[in-house]
Amino acid sequence: MSDTAAPNPNKSRFARALDSDLWHNFITSPVAVISAALTLVFFASAVFAPYIAPHNPFDLATISIMDASLPPAWLDGSDPRFVLGTDDQGRDIFSTIIFGARISLFVGFASVIFSMILGIALGLISGYVGGRLDAFIMRVADIQLSFPAILIALLIDGVARGVLPREMHHDVAIYVLIFAIGVSGWVQYARTVRGSTLVEKNKEYVQAARVIGIGPVIILWRHILPNVMGPVLVIATIHLAIAVITEATLSFLGVGVPPTTPSLGTLIRIGNDFLFSGEWWITIFPGIALVLLVLAINLLGDWLRDALNPKLR
Amino acid sequence: MFSFIAKRLVQSVLVMLTVALIAFSLFRYVGDPINNMVGQDTTLEERDELKERLGLNDNFFIQFGRFARNAAQAEFGFSYQHRRPVSDLIAERMPATLELSLVSALLALVVGIPMGVYTAIRRNSWLSHAFMTMSLVGISLPTFLIGILLILFFGVVLRWLPTFGRGEVVQLGWWSTGLLTASGLKSLIMPSITLALFQMTLIMRLVRSEMLEVMRTDFVKFARARGLIERYVNFVVALKNTMVPVITITGLQLGSIIAFAIITESVFQWPGMGLLFIQAVSAVDIPIMAAYLVLIAFFFVVINLIVDMLYVVVDPRLRVDSAGGH
Repeated sequence: MSDTAAPNPNKSRFARALDSDLWHNFITSPVAVISAALTLVFFASAVFAPYIAPHNPFDLATISIMDASLPPAWLDGSDPRFVLGTDDQGRDIFSTIIFGARISLFVGFASVIFSMILGIALGLISGYVGGRLDAFIMRVADIQLSFPAILIALLIDGVARGVLPREMHHDVAIYVLIFAIGVSGWVQYARTVRGSTLVEKNKEYVQAARVIGIGPVIILWRHILPNVMGPVLVIATIHLAIAVITEATLSFLGVGVPPTTPSLGTLIRIGNDFLFSGEWWITIFPGIALVLLVLAINLLGDWLRDALNPKLR
Repeated sequence: MFSFIAKRLVQSVLVMLTVALIAFSLFRYVGDPINNMVGQDTTLEERDELKERLGLNDNFFIQFGRFARNAAQAEFGFSYQHRRPVSDLIAERMPATLELSLVSALLALVVGIPMGVYTAIRRNSWLSHAFMTMSLVGISLPTFLIGILLILFFGVVLRWLPTFGRGEVVQLGWWSTGLLTASGLKSLIMPSITLALFQMTLIMRLVRSEMLEVMRTDFVKFARARGLIERYVNFVVALKNTMVPVITITGLQLGSIIAFAIITESVFQWPGMGLLFIQAVSAVDIPIMAAYLVLIAFFFVVINLIVDMLYVVVDPRLRVDSAGGH
């Protein structure tokens, strides 16, 4: 983007980025700026959770059962130390949300990266090699695409429970989850990358590279990959939102991350049991945090898709 | 047209075989089936004998063939948890899931299509903007959260609607229906809205974008130029031509509605197949998992086939193409 917009090669990279179409488009779209800011706040609080959270909800020495089930600060009977109230064990809701978002985002990012690597690799191979291998990979993709991702993730999770011993499963549950969500999402990347690879591989620069004797792995990695990454980034952004929702859903269903390291979905599941006794804040605040996070990422993804789409410019 | 459908049929059979293979591998290789059937005090000889009797020593293809034949007759053995035939358990719970799914699909269509048409025709009215904003929020709201919010508002605060179960059901042969009793219908309201909301936003956005596309084409402009009344142009000329993608997506979504019912059923403790499946996943009850997988795949394949055939009915171009001989 920046090379087309800024012809002056003497400027620094950063200055050129500021001068680009994409940046201009970004800074003039209030929705993009707000959603980006919100996403950044979530990311920052996830990374720096131990420094930002007012309490450590996992330190048993600091929580007290005397503080259990306190309502949020603006209601009667609340304690000003706990802005959003406490849960049944006296943990500060605001802090558990920050730590929960950290786990949700970790699982989300890890599974998006996993899907991306798997999908890009299969897409590149499929498009570049062609023939039977291509037909096979794409048929598998078709079959997988006809089932909802959540079902595939559930199934992988169920199988892992059967294969691994119980104690071990508890320890690796989060990685099983990343694997399950990651595998359920590779098709989109593979299809997109395959399509672009089919176009790119017949262009002159690839033929030139082939003529001077460069091996296929280097051609794919150094020459084709950089040219197919644009759409992949858009998919990855929207996929992050989907991955976070999938993680939350699986955790809500009780087959995701274990309650000892609760993600936002686990928090909502725990809080759901207290809905009927009137302690709505235990489940609603993590719910709001989840929606805000997903909405912000979705809006950002929408904007990025439009901004990178040459047809709309 | 015939070759088109034949090709689809072959593909469907392939998908079913693949899924059956996965289900079989689950059944046979995840955990030890013998361990799951007998108690701790069974001797090794007894185990070996049982293994021989169940045919677990036969080679892979014979075992898979037997599994596929049984699966085709809806025979999936006994559930580890419930100690009852899986087919009975599923048959008991299927009506609940199918009723919920069909009502939700209908709701999504009946509300989604008019909303889509409206937002396409009156693109800049405030109501259209409200619909579009709502749909974005709808996509970002996970299904289970919608359910929880509905329960909190209509169940806990207002106490208007029941928050779990199916209410009273009436038996019609083996089919139990909640559609004939007042409490059954009341129980259906919140789960069906929860399940329908996502599909509704999807259908609305799809109809809108298709309408916008179609309304730019020449034949719609021509219809308008001929002086046909606006309503006729919008709802008959234009809407008819948006139906192909709408039918596809709705058809395909019907499959995922049945699958997403897992979440809704779990929120509302709705006694359907989804709840059975999620309990089976937690308890590693492989026969139920395998059976559910095969059943859902069967639904998907059948729905895909029907959608493909509807294509041919709705879009005459497909008929001409295949008649032209490929």
